[in-house]
Formats: sequence, structure tokens, C-alpha cells
Amino acid sequence: MSVLMQYAPLLPEIVLAVGTLVLLLVGAFSSNRSSVTVTWLSLILMVITAGLIIYQSSETVEMFNKTLIIDSYGRFIKILILIGSGVALFMSIDQLRQSQILKFEYAILVLFATLGMLLMVSANDLISLYLGLELQSLALYVVAAFRRDSVRSSEAGLKYFVLGALSSGMLLYGASLIYGFTGSTTFPQIAAVLQESGTNLGLIFGLVFLISGLAFKISAVPFHMWTPDVYEGAPTPVTAFFAAVPKIAAMALFVRVALTAFPSITSDWQQIVVFISIASMGLGAFAAIGQTNIKRLMAYSSIGHMGFALVGLAAGSVDGAKGVIIYLAIYLAMTLGTFACILAMNRSEGLVENIDDLAGLSQNNLPMAFLLAMLLFSLAGIPPLAGFFAKFYVFLAAIKADLYALAVIGVLASVVGAYYYLRIIKVMFFDPPAEPFEPMSGRLKLVLGVSGLFVLLFVVSPAPLVTAAEIAAKALFL
Amino acid sequence: MLSGFFFYLFSAMVVASAFMVITARNPVHGVLFLILAFFNSAGLFLLLGAEFLAMILVIVYVGAVAVLFLFVVMMLDVDFAELRAGFIKYLPFGATVGIILLIELIMVLGGWAISPELKSTVAAPFKAAPNITNTEAIGRILYTDYVYFFELAGLILLVAMIGAIVLTLRQKEGVLRQDISAQVARTPATSIEVKPVKPGAGL
Repeated sequence: MSVLMQYAPLLPEIVLAVGTLVLLLVGAFSSNRSSVTVTWLSLILMVITAGLIIYQSSETVEMFNKTLIIDSYGRFIKILILIGSGVALFMSIDQLRQSQILKFEYAILVLFATLGMLLMVSANDLISLYLGLELQSLALYVVAAFRRDSVRSSEAGLKYFVLGALSSGMLLYGASLIYGFTGSTTFPQIAAVLQESGTNLGLIFGLVFLISGLAFKISAVPFHMWTPDVYEGAPTPVTAFFAAVPKIAAMALFVRVALTAFPSITSDWQQIVVFISIASMGLGAFAAIGQTNIKRLMAYSSIGHMGFALVGLAAGSVDGAKGVIIYLAIYLAMTLGTFACILAMNRSEGLVENIDDLAGLSQNNLPMAFLLAMLLFSLAGIPPLAGFFAKFYVFLAAIKADLYALAVIGVLASVVGAYYYLRIIKVMFFDPPAEPFEPMSGRLKLVLGVSGLFVLLFVVSPAPLVTAAEIAAKALFL
Repeated sequence: MLSGFFFYLFSAMVVASAFMVITARNPVHGVLFLILAFFNSAGLFLLLGAEFLAMILVIVYVGAVAVLFLFVVMMLDVDFAELRAGFIKYLPFGATVGIILLIELIMVLGGWAISPELKSTVAAPFKAAPNITNTEAIGRILYTDYVYFFELAGLILLVAMIGAIVLTLRQKEGVLRQDISAQVARTPATSIEVKPVKPGAGL
């Protein structure tokens, strides 16, 4: 018994893994109608996992020869990931059925991707980082191509897979160089070696490749080119999942790697992070202007948002990490709410995804138009909505770290970015109404309502989230 | 002395069968020579004392990969004469790659000849505990220290398998499949029809 007790801190992940395998068997051995049952059981499994994570003791534990670390930071991000995966699955069951991709494998693959993400935010070693990342990515590639009879979905999956394999190659090359020049794969050991002997050219080379691989996963410029095509080509329920969850996991991993493995050479990676941050904010703001497809627009918007989150990382401080964590939490709420609206863009002939289809929404469905407008204002960062505070905390951290130029460019980029969000609002409220959508399903209403309330009421009591984020951020600097 | 003999035997066979792989006219023969090359390389690993690698080579490469090649070659109608047609066209490119590899090999070996002290910078081979085969040594750490990586790699392979099935398996309509329970459940009432036949009239 005591032998098994040493695995207790990993209980949530073990439950998730075993539960997924059981559900796989349930799905494989029952008739075709079991898809809905398996999907609901997957949701229950995610809730159980989240419960186990919440009731874990708040200490930091290193497991498996320090290759895995269970700490407050990981727990906070894991809860976000489980909320994101769960809600993305919950709100899209009808749309999955409508696009004829409601197979039980979809839920299983989402569960595996979630497991990969949970493990990768706990990574404390280059090998566990890679394995977690790959478990996540492989499931995502398949999910992107899930509507296999559609050319666009297959193309999205293939493009994602090929470019993802390329980025994994770069990440591994960087990891092998880092191992070669420090003699260790665990983050604390790498940090200790760097503290002692300083940096050298080979290590910086490896670091650049490692950051390139991670930047691909968060789709930061110049590794963003897959994002619009994949978001547009993948079925909309899948896009909702992609936009919300893997971004958060990869960003959290990026923060952990930078802050726990390379704290003593902050100035070396800081300039790279500043560059990709500015490039992402700029591209996210300007490239989204000409888009007519709302999924493509959300892709550019997510590139921009990752740029803003990187501002916090560039600061390299506790405040910066706190800013990133708050940003990710608020980004999750806003993205899920926005995609609840996009999933509701549903006419009798199927899901539509052009911005013009939203024309005059205020006359057809005022509550939806109002909530979507509020979420878009929040994405643009207009006070007093939650999106403003997300940006506020990262810019504050950047200013405290004397990165004035970065903060100024960030604010300017968010002003430019506000234009295309406002354009959608203009289309919704001032254009002649288009054909109305089918009535919104109860689940979408629930998600949209909760996310709208969060965005609106965050200003009233930001304390719980900010305190939790601060505890999580401090765990990185022990 | 004896190990020297086997080394030259195995390596000569590897080189000869590798040569046959690319020159054999019949692609099936080519794959069979490839299998021979794998077996001889496994022999070379045995001589090095790496019996685990030797086993893996036989099990994975001969047992799975080469047999898969054999299936592909025999099942798919690949026109190998056409594939070979570009041989002269690609010769300069292939020769360039070969020459670069040759130069690199000469540089590595020449480095040892020019400055013998370089040899000492190469990491010393890991000395395992005595009386432990390297299979056992790998097993001891693979399922203890690295059990997490091992299990995670297993999950990744499972996802790959699920993905391959989800994206490619199609239930074809109109294909006759054996359904044993349906066959067993047949009764005379469902499968035999008794028709009254008048004598001399036929059906």
C-alpha cells in the first residue's frame, strides 16, 4: 500500500487516464448509439478529475526522479484546462451531431488531449515536456481532421500535422542541445548548472530552437501560419476547443520552462520573447482587419492574445507570471463565450461562419447580440470588462520590469485590434438584418450567460482570481 | 581470433546483401536481402555485447518492418522499372550526398589518426554491474525510474492507433461478412421452405 501511496499526487491524471481507457472500451464494445453516452461520461470524468485536483493538498511534490512536479501553478492551470475542455465538449454536442462527427472517438481523443495537457503543465523535465506535448498534439491533429469526408477538414488536419511534426523536430533538436550543454534534462538541474557555469553559444542555440517549438504550439508569430487555416478548416466545435484549451496549456508550459529552467539567463530569452510578443500583437491586430470569416478572425485574434500574454512572460517576474495566469483565465472565459455565439450561428442549412451572417443580429436576437458585443468589447480590452484587467496586469508587470517600449507597443496594438472587434459590433447593430438563426440551444445559452456574467462582474470582485493567480505564480519562484 | 572471423563474416554479408537490395531485379528478392542484412547486423550487435539491440533489430525490423515492406511490394502494383528509369538523372545528386558522407567519415577517422589524444575525450562506455545482461539492466530502469515515460509513450501509441482507425476505417455497404451467431441461430423454419410438388409437374 505504501508503495502505491507515492503515486497519490498523480491521482487525478491516473483517474483520467484509466477512465479514458474504460470509456474507450465502452465505446468500442457497444453499438453506434453509445456516442452520446460516452460523451456525457467523458464530461463526468473531467468533473471528477477537476474535483480531485481541487481537493489535493497545496504542497509541491516532485515525482519520478523529479521529472514531474505537482504544484499550485500546475493545479491552477489544470483546472482552467479541464474547465475549457469540459465546456467546449459540453456546448458542442448538438453541433457535433449536426456536422455528423458525433462519434465516441471524438470524446476519447479530447480526453487524451486533455490528459496530455495536464501532464505537460506538470512537466519538470525535457522528456516529460516532450511526451506530454506529443500526446496532446497527436490527439489534436486527429480531431482537426475529424470530418474526414470534408476536404477542408482533412487539409486542416494534414497541415496541422506536418507543421506540428516540424515544430516537434525543432523542439527536440533544441532539447538535445540543451541536454548536451548542461548534462541534464530536469529543469532544476539545468537551472543549477546555468547558475554555476553561466551560458554559452551552444546552449543559446538550443534555447532558441526550444522556444521556436513552443512558440509554434501557442501560435506566436513567426510560427503562426498554420492557425488561420486550421481554425477555418476544422469543424466549428473543434475550433472552439482549439482556440481555448491547447493555447492555455502550451502558454503555461512556456512560462514554466522559461522561469524554472532558465531563470539565471533571463536576459537571453527575454529579447526573443519580446520580439515574438510584439510580432504577434502586431500581426494579430493588422491581419485580422481584412477577414470575412469569423473563425479566421478568431484565429488572428488568438494570435494577438498570445502576444499580449507573452508581454507578462517577458517581464520574467512574479508579477509577470501572475499577469499571464490571469490573462489565460480571462482569455478562456471570453473565448468560450464567443465560440458559444459562433456555434449558435446556425441556419436550417447548417452552421454558417461569415461575419455578414451576423448582420442585424440585434433585431433578430437582442440578448445574443448584446452578450456577443460585450464579449467583443472585452476581447478588445475596453474597461470595465474583464479583458481590460487581463491586459492591465501584464502591462503593469512589463512596466515594473522597465519594458516601457513593449508596454506602449502593446497598448497601440490593442487600439488597432479594437477596430475589427468594433466592426463586428457595427455589423450586428447597424446593418440590415439577415435571415435569423435557429433558436439557441439551452447549453449554449448557459455557457454564453456564465461567460458574459464573468466578463461583466470581474470588476466587482477580482480578488479571488487574482489571489489564486498570485499563489500559483509564486510556486514558480520557489 | 574467432570473434574477428565472425566480425568479418557478418560485415561482409551486410555489405553484400545491402548491395543486393539495391541491385536485385525482383523487388521481392530485394526485401529478402534486406532481411538478410538485418540478421547480419544483429550478429554484429551480438559481437559488441549489445544483445538487447540485436533482439530488437530482429523482432522489430525483421519481424515487423521488413514483412510490412514485403506486403507492400507484393500487394501494391508498383512499377519498379519506371522507378529505376530516373537512376541516371538522380545519379549526380546521390553521388554528391555519398561524397559528403565519405568526406565526413574520413574527417572523423582522420581526426583520430592525426591527434590520438582525441580518443580519450570520447565518453567511456557505460560499465554495467557484473553478471547483469544489458536486457536486464535496461529492464531494471525502464520499469522503475522511467516507468512514467514508458507509460506515457504507450498512451501516445494508443492515440496514434485510435487516430489511424478513426480517420481511415469505413464500414463498407454490401460486403458479405460471416456472422457466426446468425448462422448458428438459423432454424429449419427460417431456412427451409417446403413446397408441395406434384408428381411429374416439376416446380
